[in-house]
Amino acid sequence: MLLIECPWCGPRAETEFSYGGEAGIERPADPYALSDAEWADYLFFRSNPRGAHRELWNHAQGCRRWFGVERDTVSYRIEKSYRLGSAGSGRPAAAQIEASEEKRR
Amino acid sequence: MKRYSGLALLRNALDYNRNWPPAWRSPEPKKSYDAIIVGGGGHGLATAYYLAREHGFGNVAVLEKGWIGGGNTGRNTSIVRSNYLWTEASLLYEKSLKLWEGLSRELNYNVMFSQRGVYNLGHSLQDMRDIERRVNANRLNGIDAEVLGPAEIQKAIPCINTSPGARYPILGASLQRRGGVARHDAVAWGFARAADALGVDIIERCEVTSIEVRAGRAVGVATTRGAIAADRIGVVVAGNAGVLAGMAGLRLPIESHPLQAFVSEPIRPVLDTVVMSGAVHGYISQSDKGELVVGAGIDAYNGYGQRGSFPVIEHAMQAIIELFPAFSRVRMLRMWGGIVDICPDACPIVSKTPVEGLYFNCGWGTGGFKATPGSGWVFAHTLANDRPHDLNAPFSLDRFASGALIDEHGAAAVAH
Ligand SMILES: Cc1cc2nc3c(=O)[nH]c(=O)nc-3n(C[C@H](O)[C@H](O)[C@H](O)COP(=O)(O)OP(=O)(O)OC[C@H]3O[C@@H](n4cnc5c(N)ncnc54)[C@H](O)[C@@H]3O)c2cc1C
Ligand SMILES: [Zn+2]
Repeated sequence: MLLIECPWCGPRAETEFSYGGEAGIERPADPYALSDAEWADYLFFRSNPRGAHRELWNHAQGCRRWFGVERDTVSYRIEKSYRLGSAGSGRPAAAQIEASEEKRR
Repeated sequence: MKRYSGLALLRNALDYNRNWPPAWRSPEPKKSYDAIIVGGGGHGLATAYYLAREHGFGNVAVLEKGWIGGGNTGRNTSIVRSNYLWTEASLLYEKSLKLWEGLSRELNYNVMFSQRGVYNLGHSLQDMRDIERRVNANRLNGIDAEVLGPAEIQKAIPCINTSPGARYPILGASLQRRGGVARHDAVAWGFARAADALGVDIIERCEVTSIEVRAGRAVGVATTRGAIAADRIGVVVAGNAGVLAGMAGLRLPIESHPLQAFVSEPIRPVLDTVVMSGAVHGYISQSDKGELVVGAGIDAYNGYGQRGSFPVIEHAMQAIIELFPAFSRVRMLRMWGGIVDICPDACPIVSKTPVEGLYFNCGWGTGGFKATPGSGWVFAHTLANDRPHDLNAPFSLDRFASGALIDEHGAAAVAH
């Protein structure tokens, strides 16, 4: 079981969270300008590293906010968790919410 | 290769079984091969076998970083079936099922393929509609499939709880009678022994650390046992596909996740078939030793650690106890995890790549054991001819750009 630190609520059990996949994937500003291959890369291709991974988590059974986590995908050790978007705003960047929703569909 | 037979058993028993030859050699790697297969799981070994057997390749090596069958091949719950929804998928898995049906004889190795039937349960009206649709699609493709009601299920599986008062009542099931289970290790060993007999070098403890690409063409690999040149390179490393792709500068639409399973203490025969439920998410069979073999769902997060989290085990256990209340008092003996390569459409990629001479076979995710012989068969064809077989042509890497995805998520009941 992972012990995940919500940047707002503190350390909580993994079962309180849901996973949102790779962080930092930006929705293309102008989708029509992309080639099919670029669009496929945005929708489906992921970096899937063996080692350090930046990912999104949602504190679904707590404050329900999205935040970022840096975790090692081999040891599963969490290096840090951080608030998304501008410092202190407490609101995740819209792009990242959309990216993670895209993934869950 | 010394043939296995009743007579051979008898003869070797007289020598106290001291004179069995090793099932395969352990050669030093050569400087170069016509084809290299990276990954000594069932799929890689089957590929090498069919390359030698069907396509006359005499100079092939399988490079395995650990020991053969030590990846997902040796960690899975060994369910075999072909009742997928979409024609592309069902034809590929059905090819594999047909190969399973003759495999022990073909390899002269008992892979303990047991066609004890596979039930996919439905717990809601929508589940039942999906089941009817899938069964009809299967029949149109010539695949055996039938729909059963609760009374028939109860009769066939006395210990299952079909009471309407259950939290998730069982409303029916699909049944594929030709489905079943096989002995996972035996599949790796059987293919290894038969491939070795055809001259394939099986090289264990040999990790590929980089892929050499020159002018858009793969020409060889660096390994922990030296550099090896090759005309063509087939990569079949399941959860590590992304790592190998990265070595050739490629990206894949795949993420690696832990998938867990566990077995109970051995108990007397109680379950003579395979039961799966996508709705409560668990699947179970009983091994010949008497252990209940239970599989879970994937852990949601990316992982390479060959272990997952406890809540997932608890969730799978709840599902099993819901279906079989009597099992609540059985003790679990061992649990483990494998790393599965999840594709967005829950279908594999068996494909050429933008790098010439480099081929990938991956994305089988939570359900590739059943495909072991068929996957090897089509991948060997792809390597030998530098073009896919009709059966794996739809499973190209290009489909993610063209949009021709084969959406087996949920459609094929639970994903195993
Ligand atoms: C718990 C669990 C339950 C499952 N249940 C089922 C089921 O019931 N039915 C079903 O059909 N499927 C099931 N599966 C899926 C199935 O196990 C896999 O899809 C299938 O076994 C994949 O076979 P493979 O030969 O491609 O991979 P593997 O057996 O994993 O082989 C890949 C090999 O590549 C090697 N390798 C990796 N990197 C390198 C490198 N750099 N150099 C050299 N070698 C390398 C690894 O060591 C490994 O041996 C399950 C999987 C798990 C984990
Ligand atoms: Zn919180």
